[in-house]
Amino acid sequence: MKFTLSWLKDHLETDATLDEIVERLTSIGLEVESVDDKAALKPFVIAKVLTAAKHPDADKLQVLSVDIGSGTPIQVVCGAPNARAGMIGAFAAPGTYVPGIDVTLSVGKIRGVESHGMMCSERELELSDEHNGIIDLPQDAPVGTSFAAYAHLDDPVIEINLTPNHPEATGVYGIARDLAASGLGKLKTAPVEPVAGKGATPVKVKIEAPDLCRVFALRLVRNVKNGPSPKWLQQRLMAIGLRPINALVDMTNYITFDRGRPLHVFDAAKVAGDLVVRRGKEGESVLALDGRTYAVTPDMCVIADDNGVESLAGVMGGEHSGCDENTTDVLIEAAVWEPLTVARTGRTLGIITDARYRNERGIDPAFNGPGIELATRMVLDLCGGEPAEVEVSGETGFTPKVVSFPVSEVKRLTGIDVPGSTSLDILTRLGFVVKGDGDVVEVAVPSWRPDVDGKADLVEEVMRIHGVDEIRPQPLSSHGVVNGKILTTLQIRTRAAKRALAVRGMMEAVTWSFIPVKHAELFGGGQKHLKLANPIAADMSDMRPSLLPGLVAAAQRNADRGLGDVALFEVSGTYEGDTPEAQRRVAAGVRRGTAKLGGSGRHWAGNAQGVGVFDAKADAIAVLEACGAPVDRLQIETGAPSWYHPGRSGVIKLGPKVVLGHFGEFHPTALEVLDASGPLCGFEVFVDTVPEPKAKPTRTKPKLELSSFQAVKRDFAFVVDKAVEAGTLTRAALAADKKLITGVSVFDVFEGAALGAGKKSIAIEISIQPVEKTLTDEDFEALAKRVVENVAKQTGGVLRT
Amino acid sequence: MNANAGNLEVLESALLADIAAAADEQAIEAVRIAALGKKGSVSELLKTLGAMTAEERQVQGPAINGLKNRVTEALAARKAELKNAAVAARLVAETLDVTLPVRQSPAERGRIHPISQVIDEIAAIFGDMGFAIAEGPDIETDHYNFTALNFPVGHPAREMHDTFFLQAAEGNEAKLLRTHTSPVQIRTMEAQKPPIRIVIPGKTYRMDSDATHTPMFHQLEGLVIDRTANVANMRWVLEEFCKAFFEVPSLKMRFRPSFFPFTEPSLEVDIQCDRSRPGEVRFGEGNDWMEILGCGMVHPNVLRAGGLDPDEYQGFAWGMGIDRIAMLKYGMPDLRAFFDADVRWLSHYGFRPLDMPTLFGGLST
Repeated sequence: MKFTLSWLKDHLETDATLDEIVERLTSIGLEVESVDDKAALKPFVIAKVLTAAKHPDADKLQVLSVDIGSGTPIQVVCGAPNARAGMIGAFAAPGTYVPGIDVTLSVGKIRGVESHGMMCSERELELSDEHNGIIDLPQDAPVGTSFAAYAHLDDPVIEINLTPNHPEATGVYGIARDLAASGLGKLKTAPVEPVAGKGATPVKVKIEAPDLCRVFALRLVRNVKNGPSPKWLQQRLMAIGLRPINALVDMTNYITFDRGRPLHVFDAAKVAGDLVVRRGKEGESVLALDGRTYAVTPDMCVIADDNGVESLAGVMGGEHSGCDENTTDVLIEAAVWEPLTVARTGRTLGIITDARYRNERGIDPAFNGPGIELATRMVLDLCGGEPAEVEVSGETGFTPKVVSFPVSEVKRLTGIDVPGSTSLDILTRLGFVVKGDGDVVEVAVPSWRPDVDGKADLVEEVMRIHGVDEIRPQPLSSHGVVNGKILTTLQIRTRAAKRALAVRGMMEAVTWSFIPVKHAELFGGGQKHLKLANPIAADMSDMRPSLLPGLVAAAQRNADRGLGDVALFEVSGTYEGDTPEAQRRVAAGVRRGTAKLGGSGRHWAGNAQGVGVFDAKADAIAVLEACGAPVDRLQIETGAPSWYHPGRSGVIKLGPKVVLGHFGEFHPTALEVLDASGPLCGFEVFVDTVPEPKAKPTRTKPKLELSSFQAVKRDFAFVVDKAVEAGTLTRAALAADKKLITGVSVFDVFEGAALGAGKKSIAIEISIQPVEKTLTDEDFEALAKRVVENVAKQTGGVLRT
Repeated sequence: MNANAGNLEVLESALLADIAAAADEQAIEAVRIAALGKKGSVSELLKTLGAMTAEERQVQGPAINGLKNRVTEALAARKAELKNAAVAARLVAETLDVTLPVRQSPAERGRIHPISQVIDEIAAIFGDMGFAIAEGPDIETDHYNFTALNFPVGHPAREMHDTFFLQAAEGNEAKLLRTHTSPVQIRTMEAQKPPIRIVIPGKTYRMDSDATHTPMFHQLEGLVIDRTANVANMRWVLEEFCKAFFEVPSLKMRFRPSFFPFTEPSLEVDIQCDRSRPGEVRFGEGNDWMEILGCGMVHPNVLRAGGLDPDEYQGFAWGMGIDRIAMLKYGMPDLRAFFDADVRWLSHYGFRPLDMPTLFGGLST
């Protein structure tokens, strides 16, 4: 919503400065978006051309001597054909920024003659497109004074960013009323006087869709003379960015902005028969005032005559019945439309107009009558003519909403003590009608405030006018205790997983929740109910079933930029379904190129190798450890999902059923679908599957038992079938003596011809911690025997000799 | 006698010369054996003492023992000298170029995304004020996202949200991606009786894309419900939060009336800032106001939708963009880069994994 300061002052008597007005507007909820104080036009002064002589060196240039009121004539070189001695125009001195040509003037030489400024055209001042000559002012224009002030161009333009709850502020009058209520002046506009009409308006109106049109008023004015509107009106409209068209159309635009009351004018000669307000019909269309043809539907409200649809109700008029310079009989329309229908129609057709802006917020139904009277008065003033009587269909009365309002509600909701009388006074100044004087009063809501429904709305009215700044901050009541843990287990684990992965040299990515359909399908997604009906881009179409496609794509984007060694992770949601429970919390990561834990790329102390399954496994286990999973009880199995390399991937389980995660290198086919290249490995850990920690009665840690006997290590190497998993072998060794053996590590694995076909050797180191006595050679032999026997039993392996 | 004394002197100088000439431990050991070993030259002399007369012994004893002591000392001294030389030689041999670069530790390379870091900063501040952190699903129903939040069916405010809808499964209402974190207000009211003090960080979605809008972004919702919470309390909470978050105790804020369907009265909050320096925003100074959040008293219809009586309970709520406040605080110019995973961006704008925001240690370092 845009208006000028002088326009506001048509309705508001005030001494307040522009700054005060702007500040007050924002503080009462009419947020000022911008103020153009026209400072750019201030340097231009009215100047008189004293003499005009031909430039000695150029046919089309003249050398002017210009009086700018300083007493000393100024020499200006000018190319305008209309420049002549005695004319008065707008002058810009050196140092002035000329907006229309985007140049700051300096003293220059033009074809050898010095020029100390410039006489300007309208286009150079961005007043119009006129550039055939310089501005030619009347002879009484005061030389040496501000051109902007003379031409009324110094009127500051204020734009407010209107929230949907203030339909009354779509008009300058409503804004003035709010300002006056806030104490910044006095509303001075006289009530609208009806204009007597002669005879009935011959065109009748039939409302066939009363749910879409509350009231429709129509009035014929005969014998008007349409043409350009007066300069003051044109200037006001141009100041707020509207193009003057003709007096009748300019009048509708003026009242739209002045009163928030959109109007429409039909050329009566072009209207066939009576008007019908009805729903659109399939197959109908209308050529609108913007020159485009729109198909209408039964969801839309239209105004039709015998020729068909003439207007999109509340949104835009039709071209066929519009007014032009030849219009002699005009039909003025003022109606109140159902706001949601206007909004939907505008949205569906993609039409944004000043009428729609107001009609979809809600028009003051009680101003429909005054609105058409005001329009009639203005038509008579601008174009003359003889008005007929107003033809009205629909509901003419208005019954206000009444809200029961306990005055204590202001204190309850805002915390400030506003005396009841002050609150009620504010409401009264805003046009509310208060009945009663007790603790609870009855407040009738004015017709221009359809948004006000309940007592909280009234509190807002009091608060915004009384002043939000009056509300001093008050601390929330303290809860009187030291704050305890505020995060849930899942939140703690999410946080821990992120930090644990970042500590491993990985960078946290945040990737889109929606991914391309082929990626979603590859990872088990792509179901219909997880597809967006209106994706913003084709490759953001499906809710992700996994974090990996997004991370792999991100790693590849980095590689394409020349950074191929990247380690990325994300801890976020995946979507197995559309219910809250189906949103999972997953920690996932990918490593690409040589981005290993210890570092990537070449190094004098040893080059990093390509990443692989064990890098992903280590990351996955680190996450599980950070999340508090019992890492010593995890089982690693084969059988990871299909997007992994079947021979280089694993599943992390807790017990036979609980899958905590997967890890591995990717299946070549999967990489092809993801359009990515390796070396590449990744993992996913289902953070929400890690069991809740057991509630502990005490924070005391278990007692530490330290043996005083020396710990010992012994090595064994077993030859086993190639299919035997190292995990089985180490578990067997560990189980050989649970008391003495504290650890088993694998320090060598190899295959060779010497071992025989289908065999491999696994070498382990066993850590032994005697607890009761120093072990003798016999004890060690017995222990070794148990290890060998148990390994043989569990794996079929034999000690390598 | 004299001849004997002369012999001792010759022997001594010969031995001392041998000791001095010994170039390594092996050589010095050979000299020692040759002199003091069982059959060494000095040992042989000592053996002759036994066969001497008392007078001879009185003369020869000290002379030979003196020789022995001097040779022993010389041997020890030379041995130590050689050892030191050997250590010195080894040290020279072992010398490395310590200017060679070491690998950066993984904890120095890794980064936490600014969104995660800022959420941790937020949690630290609100945790101190007695708030809990709540969460809710990204895929929501029309009821939780709009209707329960007092967006009437067909109301233009719904369209302003540019909602992403999911395709409806057979016979079901189409779900949507939540356009704000406000649905969690309702979910929390349904699950928990007041007093409620929660903040809700989370992903939100709108069909929008430019330098400051992305189809996915992050919001922080706050909700306080009890029997007394009012606008003055809300001012306090939000002012304290903004001062703590931006780490500017002199931060000035402006509350102005506004409109949201789910609050009444509604306010928008601006913070004072100075944007005169290119690429930098300073808070607590300057003449500009920057919109930072929307807030208000929870609308009676929203309380009712959450199963609460608006005459018994009251409270306030607010929402702000996490990405936006991260951009403002840390000076990232383009929101789209948040979701691009460019490691150069992450390395520059991301946070070290061990930089944990706390109030006692400062939110940022």
